[in-house]
Amino acid sequence: MDRTAIIGVGMTTIEAEKRRETFADMTWEAVNKALSDAGMTIADIDNVVTTSSDFWDGRTISLMAVGDVSGAAEKNVSCVEGDGTYGAFYANARALSGSYKTTLVTGHSKGSQCVSSLITNAAFDPIYERVLGMDMITASAMQANAYMNRTGVKPEDAALVSVKNHGNALKNPMAQLPMNITVDDVMASEMIADPLRKLDCSPVSDGCCAVIIAHESVATKFKQKPIWIRGLAFCTDSFFFGDRDLARSKALTEAAKKAYAMAGIKDPRKEIDLVELYDAFSYQELLWLEEMGLADYGKAAARLKAGEFNLDGALPVNPSGGLLSGHPVIAAGLYRIAEIVLQLRGDAGAHQVKKAKTGLAHGVNGLCGQSHCVWILDKEK
Amino acid sequence: MSEIFKGIEPMVHNSKISVPYSWWAGDTASKFFISLRDARKIIAPRCGKCGKVFMPPRKVCPTCFTENTDWVDVSDEGTVVSYSVSRRQLEAIPGDKKVPVIWGLIKLDGADTALLHYLDEVDPGSVTIGMRVKAVFAESRTGGIRDISHFKPVK
Repeated sequence: MDRTAIIGVGMTTIEAEKRRETFADMTWEAVNKALSDAGMTIADIDNVVTTSSDFWDGRTISLMAVGDVSGAAEKNVSCVEGDGTYGAFYANARALSGSYKTTLVTGHSKGSQCVSSLITNAAFDPIYERVLGMDMITASAMQANAYMNRTGVKPEDAALVSVKNHGNALKNPMAQLPMNITVDDVMASEMIADPLRKLDCSPVSDGCCAVIIAHESVATKFKQKPIWIRGLAFCTDSFFFGDRDLARSKALTEAAKKAYAMAGIKDPRKEIDLVELYDAFSYQELLWLEEMGLADYGKAAARLKAGEFNLDGALPVNPSGGLLSGHPVIAAGLYRIAEIVLQLRGDAGAHQVKKAKTGLAHGVNGLCGQSHCVWILDKEK
Repeated sequence: MSEIFKGIEPMVHNSKISVPYSWWAGDTASKFFISLRDARKIIAPRCGKCGKVFMPPRKVCPTCFTENTDWVDVSDEGTVVSYSVSRRQLEAIPGDKKVPVIWGLIKLDGADTALLHYLDEVDPGSVTIGMRVKAVFAESRTGGIRDISHFKPVK
């Protein structure tokens, strides 16, 4: 099969409220950073994939708001909803199709401009469920209870994820919530939906990220060292919570298996050097790691406690600070990809991990991880 | 930020999208809702191939990829598979519900998948996975999911 690579990334700082930038302004900044990172001009981009959500953006055909600043005029531009990993998946398919050589992928999100509880409530079935008034937080609390009941993991065990990730964010200038906190601080923060306290939850955030994906025939033509796409897959679970086993995530297990197989990875625990995953809530980091086969089921908490997922641990997880330190929902997965790219290039700065040859980026779409997208990226082709 | 915008106060434009939707419930949900409304009975479709009984009702069995063929009565009692307790009055919570609001994922006896609904008449701290609960029907029923008021613990 032909190969593809990521040859440029750009991200804005993640902030609680970007008051000076519209969607288009944020996108302009991220796109230009990605072009400059790649050593390209907009003329070198032959097609565009955006990531936005009409509901979050508060307008229909929301991609049209960012087309101009993505250089999409007179090009093929398409929108894929999700968190950016799905848009990038499509961008990669385009690069492999033979019809395109260089695809610009963007993802923009402004949680500050709308009401997350109402938007995420609309993800529930309109006939049977929406009127009951659940949202992303109360849904995730339901999953956290199922997970903790099954595994014996305690809220204070999951709280350590928040401590680690906010601590990592102290070294990432793009992060919204760098914080030096303790498990006691997490456990003393407001209970929003049992067992999830405020510091177990990711914040409301604004931000935009852009990455450029190229076919191998042009991947080394520009300035930047390419980071090779070795494996990628996504998989979706049933829509209704009551159809799923909420304490598990079989869609993620399947997505990871397929991505490892495509990458030729036999033992992910030995071959993956670092992970950036979708930690919208503290317990999710543990559950997602386990379902990707990077820890035994119910045992990630013990390894976290032993320091294995720290920045200087055996398997650094969310060295950027993750979503707990900044969660621009619709761009959040694209940030995970961009962070892995920086790490593999050795360009991550203060939160650079030591051994970074093969990295895993993980994205989610849907409540309680209905759908997962797994990327295996590599420094070497 | 470029020099020309220095000191500019950020303006904000407030707006609201107000678009009514009328969702046709479809034959399957309508049959279920009419049974709740008129008979206080919970019924569910069953797959003719694998025998799975679906809650909430839907037309198609996702596993067999076939249309469900018959309907069965399911119990108004079941087991809590998981639950959630909101302590903050989140915006999505309906106006008639005050925190703490408890939601349960309830596997009714006779069904193979669990239904999302309210748990009430119980202290939020004593809700457990595996708890047995029973449906309480609303006094005034209009043909919707809230024709079941909530589920309460089985004494």
